[in-house]
Amino acid sequence: MTSLLASLMRPGVFGSLLLAVAFAAAWEWLPGLAGIPPFIIPPLSDVLAESLRMLRIDALITHTGITLAEVAVGFLLGCLLGMVVGYGLGMSPTAEMMLSPYILALQIAPKVAFAPLFVMWFGYTVYPKILVAVLIVFFPVMVNVLGAMRTVDRDMVNLVRSFSAGRFQIFWKLEFPASMPALFSGLRIASTLAVIGVVVGEMVGGNTGLGYLLVFGEGQANTAMVFVTIILLTVIGILAYAAVIIAERSVLHYLPKRNLGPA
Amino acid sequence: MAQPRLEFRKVTRSFPGKGRGRGLVEPLVAVADVSLTVADGEVVSLIGPSGCGKSTLLTMAAGLDRPTKGEVFVDGESVEGPNRHVAFMLQKDLLLPWRTILENVELGLEIRGEPRQSRRAKAKEQLARCHLDKFYNHYPHQLSGGMRQRAALARTLAVDPDVILLDEPFSAVDAQTKMILQSDFGATFAATRKTALFITHDLAEAVALSDRVLVMSHRPGTIIRELTIDIPDRANPFARRQDPRMGRYVGELVELLHINERGDQAPNHGGNAHD
Ligand SMILES: Nc1ncnc2c1ncn2[C@@H]1O[C@H](COP(=O)(O)OP(=O)(O)O)[C@@H](O)[C@H]1O
Ligand SMILES: [Mg+2]
Repeated sequence: MTSLLASLMRPGVFGSLLLAVAFAAAWEWLPGLAGIPPFIIPPLSDVLAESLRMLRIDALITHTGITLAEVAVGFLLGCLLGMVVGYGLGMSPTAEMMLSPYILALQIAPKVAFAPLFVMWFGYTVYPKILVAVLIVFFPVMVNVLGAMRTVDRDMVNLVRSFSAGRFQIFWKLEFPASMPALFSGLRIASTLAVIGVVVGEMVGGNTGLGYLLVFGEGQANTAMVFVTIILLTVIGILAYAAVIIAERSVLHYLPKRNLGPA
Repeated sequence: MAQPRLEFRKVTRSFPGKGRGRGLVEPLVAVADVSLTVADGEVVSLIGPSGCGKSTLLTMAAGLDRPTKGEVFVDGESVEGPNRHVAFMLQKDLLLPWRTILENVELGLEIRGEPRQSRRAKAKEQLARCHLDKFYNHYPHQLSGGMRQRAALARTLAVDPDVILLDEPFSAVDAQTKMILQSDFGATFAATRKTALFITHDLAEAVALSDRVLVMSHRPGTIIRELTIDIPDRANPFARRQDPRMGRYVGELVELLHINERGDQAPNHGGNAHD
């Protein structure tokens, strides 16, 4: 806690907090002064009031919880799949050559466009949302892992081989740990994409989750409701990103500090 | 005569030629018809213009590559692949950044399935020999270049190889560190009675550290001259550098490499042994 206080006193952090206050104030009063009507930009107090109303009437916590759970499950499954395929292709150049054109095609296809299809397949359940997230999370993870496998220093591989390492030893002792920095940069991207995947899924079909509330608020011309939903989605994204950063810090503890990306 | 520890018998290695066309490109002959032996406990240096195939020879001795023609023997056994008899060390320390120094030194024994206790003990012993006993739990990035290279030597010695192959191990460190490492290595080779094949482009280093120096020609590389270094006390490269004979040997090598260069047909050859 003392370290938290200390970090709050740092000039950069202090400036950041000041900026937040200034932003809140500007949000509250500027639109009114500029003559922008509340149905375009509702002032901060309206948004806060709306969030309280949604908590009482619209089961906001349930919807948020559902979205959070879908993001978590979609993210984990997508990462797992991306890692399995990435490492698998990295271990087998033949498979990589065979599959790479199809993977490239699928990578270029806009993943969110699959959302209506998945809804048609699985109905108004959580599965289409999770599936879109899995699909969208899969690629950055897979691509980063595969890239890392391809760029492991040949001399390092030779060193490990010179100790008579077998294929799996080369993987576990060298390639897998060497791929960690790249894996984590993939996971960072994936964590924000997972939220996008789930929201699109929810917007396309169903009556649960923040994506649904987003569309519902739009239908009601309730701008404040849309704002509340966007803010909560951002919070979920931040949570997912923070989880990745925390895991990264503990896994990549051996790197000199400056080599860790921005938190 | 006793059996040599390491022997190259008429070894040729060529690589498929690079180029746009297929099939019609001439293969690149890296080394041609190289024969050499290194006796037990001997340190032999290999010098020659860059690109003449020194590293290629070393890779074949380590069993990481196979000759196109000829054969390599270690302890009388034909080298078919990586094996327990040899270990190598490069210009890059190749320490794994996610392992501590101690864990890095254990790597070879760990891969060979040595139990934790004994491999830890062996690694500590080698680190102590290399004056790194205070750095067991440091990560490689926390050490200087010279210390990292000593850690790499400890890792090489930990698997107790019969033959150590070194490919320009000191060319990435500053001049002063290099001198210190040379003495360390000289003393270590003498103390452990290890056999070594040592590639370098530093002629004085070659003379100071070895029993014999082999000179290679431009590509396709082959051995054009052998120089026996008749200066006592190989364990102490510092002392050897003071010896008056030192300059004569280096001069002779310079001459050899110059003559060799003038005789080369390709004027744009990038190789330069005296960089
Ligand atoms: N795996 C390889 N494939 C193709 N050419 C190679 C390979 N390894 C080395 N060579 C070529 O063989 C020649 C000798 O290389 P090398 O043994 O590294 O020389 P040196 O260590 O003496 O500088 C060089 O021309 C190099 O380009
Ligand atoms: Mg070389």
